[in-house]
Amino acid sequence: MILLYLILILMAGGIVAWITGKRNPLTARIISLLTVAIDLALLLALSFRYGSVSETEWLLEYSALWVHRFGIGIHLALDGLSLLMLFLTLIIGLLAILISWNEIKVDPGFFHFNILWILSGITGVFLSIDLFLFYFFWEVMLIPMYFLILIWGHENRVYASYKFFIFTQASGLMMFLAILGLYLVHGKNTGVYTFDYQQLLGTNMTPSMEMLLMGGFLAAFLVKLPAFPFHNWLPDAHTEAPTAGSLILASLMLKTGAYGLIRFAVPLFPDASRIFAPVGMCLGVAGILYGAKLAFAQTDLKRLVAYTSVSHMGFVILGVYAFNEMAYQGVVMQMIAHGISTGALFIIVGQLYERLHTRDLNRMGGLWAKFPAMGAMGLIFSMASLGLPGLGNFVAEFLTLAGAFKASILFASLASLGLIAATIYSLRILQKVFYGRTGIETTVKDLSVRESVVLGSLVLAIVFTGLYPQPVIDRARPAIEKTINRETSSGAKETKPVLVPDPVPPLTELREVVE
Amino acid sequence: MTRIDFLCLAPLLIVATAPIVIMLTVAIKRNFRVVCIFSLLMFILAFLSLFLVLPHTTRHFYPLLLFDNYSLLFLGIIYFTSIVVTMLSYGYLKQQGGEREEYFIVLFVAVLGASVLVTAEHFVSFFLGLETLSISLYILVAYLRSRDQCIEAGVKFLVIASLATAFLLFGMGLVYAGTGTMNFREILPPEENTGAIPPLMLAGFGLMLAGIGFKLAVVPFHMWTPDIYEGAPVPVTTFIATISKGAVLALGLRFFIDTRSYENGQLVIVISIISILSMFTGNLLALRQGNLKRLLAYSSIAHLGYLLIPLLTGTRAGVESAVFYLAAYVITTLGAFGVISALSVSDRDADDINDLKGLFHRDPLIAGVLTLALLSLAGLPLTAGFMSKFFLVLAGVKSGLWLLAFSLIINSVISLYYYLRVVKIMFTDAESDREVQISLITRIILVLIAAGILIIGILPSYLAELIGTFSGIN
Repeated sequence: MILLYLILILMAGGIVAWITGKRNPLTARIISLLTVAIDLALLLALSFRYGSVSETEWLLEYSALWVHRFGIGIHLALDGLSLLMLFLTLIIGLLAILISWNEIKVDPGFFHFNILWILSGITGVFLSIDLFLFYFFWEVMLIPMYFLILIWGHENRVYASYKFFIFTQASGLMMFLAILGLYLVHGKNTGVYTFDYQQLLGTNMTPSMEMLLMGGFLAAFLVKLPAFPFHNWLPDAHTEAPTAGSLILASLMLKTGAYGLIRFAVPLFPDASRIFAPVGMCLGVAGILYGAKLAFAQTDLKRLVAYTSVSHMGFVILGVYAFNEMAYQGVVMQMIAHGISTGALFIIVGQLYERLHTRDLNRMGGLWAKFPAMGAMGLIFSMASLGLPGLGNFVAEFLTLAGAFKASILFASLASLGLIAATIYSLRILQKVFYGRTGIETTVKDLSVRESVVLGSLVLAIVFTGLYPQPVIDRARPAIEKTINRETSSGAKETKPVLVPDPVPPLTELREVVE
Repeated sequence: MTRIDFLCLAPLLIVATAPIVIMLTVAIKRNFRVVCIFSLLMFILAFLSLFLVLPHTTRHFYPLLLFDNYSLLFLGIIYFTSIVVTMLSYGYLKQQGGEREEYFIVLFVAVLGASVLVTAEHFVSFFLGLETLSISLYILVAYLRSRDQCIEAGVKFLVIASLATAFLLFGMGLVYAGTGTMNFREILPPEENTGAIPPLMLAGFGLMLAGIGFKLAVVPFHMWTPDIYEGAPVPVTTFIATISKGAVLALGLRFFIDTRSYENGQLVIVISIISILSMFTGNLLALRQGNLKRLLAYSSIAHLGYLLIPLLTGTRAGVESAVFYLAAYVITTLGAFGVISALSVSDRDADDINDLKGLFHRDPLIAGVLTLALLSLAGLPLTAGFMSKFFLVLAGVKSGLWLLAFSLIINSVISLYYYLRVVKIMFTDAESDREVQISLITRIILVLIAAGILIIGILPSYLAELIGTFSGIN
């Protein structure tokens, strides 16, 4: 029941914030902050209580009937992976509210309603293991995000919001058809018509049917991720969204695609996934290199950061289709590290925009002198983005590449070129924004206390995950083993023994390997 | 006629008596408010009387009428909708000058026609019901005779609907000539349904399909819809969109199932084509509409296209999903038109899309209701439209109609564009200077409708169970 509360609290908080926000914007802000904080506290309590490795498959499970006529249940479950994702969701959610404290003037009540409902949708996605419910939440997060871009976005917001909505909705509907197909196939085989994930695992299908259904799921996940040919919506949506919107899009919404791949696409369709793997890895590499190239070519700072997401998410696909534990650990790490580092970059872009009213790289320059604190933050997160050892992204990308290397030497070597590309575009950010000749004259101040707290906490997080990733790895392992075992046990292909990372090479060793 | 027979006829009798009473009252003294309240009470009474009929189903009034659970369910939907339409009409007509009491007389007759239609199991009652409904609608559409647009729409409707009636009647004649019976279930006895239908019958079915198609406004018989929707007063448009189409669909569904037409390959192909064409035509034409009523007219063409899918399944699950979809569609449409009706002023309807500019800032509550209704029409989660679309697609793919399900999905995406466009206008653009006072009662109705949309969307079980137990066509 507590899992359901996690979602409901956010929804209720959103409604309260909307109602109170009409009279007093400040109450709306405080209420939403409190709502997320309560949720976070609840989650912390949960993780202390159930966080240790449990005997059963799930740490905590909740199940109730919803539309039992059609085998739809409210089935929520928490395991290490979803726990990590939830922490990310709520922390980023908290920051999203904090950073828009002064930015949002128009209708703050409705703004916070949207933020909280997006968060509840994402929380629902990370918790549901009933496919119908999963799809339900998948859609729930779209509408408020659409409003967020539409109402509080920048100049070209209408176009961006449509594009975002139609891309994600169309791909989501493909997944919906695939879910129905899976439901029917399973029902015909067993006579039990259900949307329950655990019952649907291991459904017998003809290979072509499996491929078709997996295609539906992939449509949704690859668009959301976004993978290389489907990334088109992302730069527009990210660029036009308000800072909180970009933050949530980059740090959380993209992760739902990655999560979907690990939790649903691969375990539900193991054989088809294996056939698809080379294509998947190829898409991943294409995304890494192409995204990096486009990022380098941008003059709009926000667009640049948006394209780096395409590049970073390429690692996720690469890792997912490498099918080994090390790569999967890398993927999980990447989800978290990218959430922190790119989120932080978007926050910095937002803060620059608030001060300079431009996102044009060519008009910036020499800002370190005026904003030393912000410059330092920019430096840290650019370094994170290029994969500097000691920061979370390094661990993520290293593990992914090492895992991918075992699956395909070619793709892994191509993908590692992405690290060089990342260095180039990250240094370009620093060069253009903080160093060089002074661009715009401005008299505004450096980071405020609120902003320093926001960025400071992200610095702590990225350094912590970089230096001591073990807690993340421990949490994620059971979920990853589940996925990997299903993948390897179902197929005919003999697998190499699954790497047992106990202990996963501590970071000091990792660094030695690289250096 | 026994006592129970009378009891079963009670809903129809109530609806038939009301206009006579109003007529007599109006002859003595006109009082708009009293007539409104009386109409409302009579519709509520008719609705409640359904519970008296409930224990006595299934009862035939051989050969014309049939009171089974299925017809009761639709009567319930019709009377519920009538209640809402009456309330909307009150708010709408209050602003109009002239003599407004007769409106309710015609409204009752139209509802009577619809009631006969959903209880019909015979060509004669089918035709009687349809004509009673249509002829009252001609009057209702042209009711505000000071507006040119209304008159134009009324005449258009008269001409086109008469043509459709002619087709229908000729089709019935051919079928009668071929079979010698006018009872739905005797038309195709089970043992004879092995090979192809004789050409005479096929022609009859085809002509009837054209007639019913006109009433449902599916492609290629859809041309009248946007003009009539635009020209008619908003409550009448609401009536056409919900009760009129719903009743015809109920009858069509019963006819289709009773005659087991879904086993007939040729008909199935024709209806599939009509369905797909309706979806695409409706949605594509709606994309660039600047008039809200026209936009909803085109969207209704598309929705009726979706609603033909369960017809082809011929299964009980299909019928259930159709009824569920219709119920959700009706309540959603009530919400959308309710808002337009509430925003309308005495000289014109608030149907220009620009009338909504900045509505969200002026009146968040009303804007919220309209947003919810539009999202529900688009089939987004948390709304009735989502669940109903899900049931529909499920019933479709269960019967292997993947092509139709797929085209429904494609069309959902297309339709998003124009629904979102309306939402966008409410939320973003500058405020327009129109100030509209909306009465508290109207607000309450609209909020209740919105709550209904949400409840069906979040907890669909209750409605699904209700429909599940009631939608057996026997």
